[in-house]
Amino acid sequence: MNELQETARKLLSDGTVNVVIGYESGPRGVRAAFITAPEQADKLIFDTRCVQNLATYLNPRRTQITRLGKAAVVVKGCDARAVAGVIREKQIERANVVILAMRCGGVLQHPESDTPLNADTVSVRCANCKVREPKLFDYLLGELPPEPPVNTLRIEQIAALEKMTPSERWNFWSGQLSRCIRCHACREACPMCFCVKCTAEKSQPQWIDPSSTLQANRAWQTMRVLHQAGRCVDCLECERACPEHIPLSLLVGYVAEAVERRFDYVASDDPSVPAPFGVYRTDDDEEFIR
Amino acid sequence: MSNEEVPCTDITWAPRVVAFVCNWCTYTGADLAGTSRLKMDPNVRVIKLPCSSRVNPLFIIKAFERGADGVIVSGCHTGDCHYSTGNYHARRRFAILHDLLQFMGVEEDRVTFAWVSASEGNKWQQVVNETTARVQQLGPFGAPQGQKGGAQ
Repeated sequence: MNELQETARKLLSDGTVNVVIGYESGPRGVRAAFITAPEQADKLIFDTRCVQNLATYLNPRRTQITRLGKAAVVVKGCDARAVAGVIREKQIERANVVILAMRCGGVLQHPESDTPLNADTVSVRCANCKVREPKLFDYLLGELPPEPPVNTLRIEQIAALEKMTPSERWNFWSGQLSRCIRCHACREACPMCFCVKCTAEKSQPQWIDPSSTLQANRAWQTMRVLHQAGRCVDCLECERACPEHIPLSLLVGYVAEAVERRFDYVASDDPSVPAPFGVYRTDDDEEFIR
Repeated sequence: MSNEEVPCTDITWAPRVVAFVCNWCTYTGADLAGTSRLKMDPNVRVIKLPCSSRVNPLFIIKAFERGADGVIVSGCHTGDCHYSTGNYHARRRFAILHDLLQFMGVEEDRVTFAWVSASEGNKWQQVVNETTARVQQLGPFGAPQGQKGGAQ
């Protein structure tokens, strides 16, 4: 029926790939689909409910997927930056993945609602999107939809937090992080978290207490966000995966803002652009150093 | 326990400050301050590391968890790194750490970043005394809120 399904069918039937990772309609909304047979290709869909960042499934640690064979992955422009990230960090080879990039006009903040896109329903990450047509792709599919509306909710929330006093901010985060149950779903959903052994699980020395005390939760999120600094692609899968609805988008959003302000770097869909912590400039800002 | 910001009135309380310093510049500078008999507040515990880029942000988080009220991170001035580029990389990490800690509500004055060279004994004295004074002003880490840091 459409370009995406045609391309997937062709790739599967001529043996270019063994599996196409895409989106399908499930009983409870859109879900990830792993299409291995050409005749199943017409299950694939792409619309504003396709929020999930499927680049997560390229993680070489996910052996139940890597054993299916060579993959093609359906990505939005923003997700293509995560694919670029895993290629940049040598987790996969560019030649071992086929990227089916969709031209994107924004996705929903809450895909289960399936409402039309407007400034309240569009995802906060779609605000001022620069990668609706990514540069990293093998096939660029679909028509370019009109630009998405801008949801300024996150920008306003971050600005409100910045206006608070330190102890008000501390109390805000204490309230949020005390709910954390340390399920580590934020890490598992993240396309850029692929360490074989996470620092949070190391016991000699034990950097992060695995129990869900407020202090340990705070240390865990601080570490996670610092490890993501300059690598995060702002897909906000961490926040979506969080069963306790902790506003992790504020943390990663703030750090992304700081990285852009200080190092003039935004997550790139070009794997050859170095991440900001792999390089330095002799004239980097040091106003905070005495 | 109240959530109000109350200045620390307990005069018997003295802040505990942990300093992560580089072996080549700041440690030698601190040594110079000592051999020059410069008077410094005795609240700082110095931890010597090979380079400021050895300072993992987790060190700082751990220090606060285990009861530090303030942290100093110090190394060679840029361009002077014994390993040529260590402090350039460290500076990038500290910049983001500095911003993130503030965003999470840690007072800016609790974490001091400084470049102190081997000949700057005076500057080390200044960094130590000023940091201690500022942390003294802020009070124990976690005290006003009753749940910050310390054992839970």
